[in-house]
Amino acid sequence: MPAPEKTPGWLERRLPVMSVLRREYIAFPMPRNLNALWSFGAFLMVTMAIMIASGLFLAINYTPDITQAFASVEAIDRQIPSGWFLRSLHMGGVTMLFACLYIHIARSLWYGSYKAPRELLWLTGLGLMLMVMVTAFAGYVLPWGQMSYWGATVVLNAAHTIPLIGKPVSELLLGGETLGNTALHRLFVLHFTMAFAIVAVIALHVTALHVVKPNNPSGIDPVSPKQTLPFHPYYTSRDGFALCLFLMVYAGLVFFLPDLLTLADNYVQANPLVTPRDIRPEWYFAPFYAILRAVPSRLGGLLLAVGSLAVLFALPSLDRSPTRSATRRPLVRLSLPVAFLSFILLGVAGMHPPTETWLIVSRLAMAWWFIHFLVVMPLVSEREITS
Amino acid sequence: MTQSETSPSSGGTKRRDLLTTATVTLGCAGACALAVPFLTSLKNPAATTLSDKTLEVDLSSLAPGQDMTVQWQDWPIFIQRRTPQMLAALQTPAHIATLRDADSKMLQQPKDATNWHRSVRPDYGVLVGICTHLGCVPSFEKPGSAPEAEGGYFCPCHGSHFDAAGRVAQRAPAPYNLPVPPVTFLSDTKIRIGHSAGDPGFSMSDIQQI
Repeated sequence: MPAPEKTPGWLERRLPVMSVLRREYIAFPMPRNLNALWSFGAFLMVTMAIMIASGLFLAINYTPDITQAFASVEAIDRQIPSGWFLRSLHMGGVTMLFACLYIHIARSLWYGSYKAPRELLWLTGLGLMLMVMVTAFAGYVLPWGQMSYWGATVVLNAAHTIPLIGKPVSELLLGGETLGNTALHRLFVLHFTMAFAIVAVIALHVTALHVVKPNNPSGIDPVSPKQTLPFHPYYTSRDGFALCLFLMVYAGLVFFLPDLLTLADNYVQANPLVTPRDIRPEWYFAPFYAILRAVPSRLGGLLLAVGSLAVLFALPSLDRSPTRSATRRPLVRLSLPVAFLSFILLGVAGMHPPTETWLIVSRLAMAWWFIHFLVVMPLVSEREITS
Repeated sequence: MTQSETSPSSGGTKRRDLLTTATVTLGCAGACALAVPFLTSLKNPAATTLSDKTLEVDLSSLAPGQDMTVQWQDWPIFIQRRTPQMLAALQTPAHIATLRDADSKMLQQPKDATNWHRSVRPDYGVLVGICTHLGCVPSFEKPGSAPEAEGGYFCPCHGSHFDAAGRVAQRAPAPYNLPVPPVTFLSDTKIRIGHSAGDPGFSMSDIQQI
């Protein structure tokens, strides 16, 4: 960077924010061949900001007490001015957040963004995914509808099957064996706290990105300045345009299809004596729910559901090949799309009743997910011929 | 002062290492001790514990083939009056072959209900309506309705089947039969849930799993 011509200003001498912004967000060299999939990180940042803003204003009108929670959410929908909009924004935001998250992760898998030197970028990203999952789970309990109650009961009882620590820890954290007032209050605190913890980890994730620089579709880091473009105006305008398209989809969900992804049963207050006939998870948890259900043993189901995420954490050490992009790896190019398809199939299976057919589909899809990461990736990276 | 105390490479360094280790160790111990009150505050004094409360239920309005649900210890309790057809269906060898624990070997019921009909009297069944898989409440399927022709319980969460006596099907994800609470018949149409005259020492906290 050329030396500044005039002496640094008052602020610059005390806190060099302007020069850091200039270095990281204006002059920052970006690979010039990035495709549309590289905009999903920006979508995630914007959605997260909307979630926190709408969440704060919803919290102002929400009562975390089992006798009043359901009514307070109904009041937000029906009586509070613009309450319906804030809630719809928050509920639609979860779907947009998870959709972008899964695409963002799939992109990293396809172009090998988890490989050296970006391992910490990958791990902080997966950590963010887990944090978003915990937050979404806690948030879904808050309206205290039938689906909130029974979904949480199933997860809680699955956690109880962890030997030795499962039951005591969950009883300590939720204040009792079953879901009650204490649990609701604590899940509210958890939901709130996690949101801000996520912001802190996003800061780590983005800092790591600015240290190791973005990957690109070729998987080969740019070597000369000719292969890069400054972040502004090239990528600010491109991400800005992509964000407009993204917000159009988001707005469509919020304004035209607010009920598309909610279940009617969650507009019935929680009743510990009756489980709804048609119990389904939210779509973003469906793949893991399908795994939980496809395994005849409870602990086994839980371990495999957790394991399906754990293999992602282990991926930088499972895949030792120096070639990043799957487009240059003939076998990965075949195996990885099947793994993506398996994930989608698990999601579809998780949304359907547990008939024999769907159980078989779940088991096959689950098997391929694990085979891809635990068998194909280590073997292929030993003996593949890359193009 | 001796040489070893002043030399930065030998004695002095060791003494400083010891001080550092001791400071860090005590600091960690202090932080752990401070965490204890934070963790104990999470314990809920009103946490659900089993109470000694019993519940008397009048069964005079229950016709054969009907079922009802009452609440005891915060649990849904299913009470059913069985028809002779239901009782016959419970005993067919073909049906028994599909069960995981047909003889109720697992401690999921008092001794006076450890029998083929898993109840004190064959014509009445009393069960805790909580699926032993992941805790959902199964729904009663009347005899003749799908999927169990002889009537039984179906869990909507993960598809576990139980027969009318609460015995779990082999292909179900649930591992155990539905629990049977302690029941005493006060008269022909009145029961007390919470105490078992046939097995006075029985406690719900001893069973395999709710």
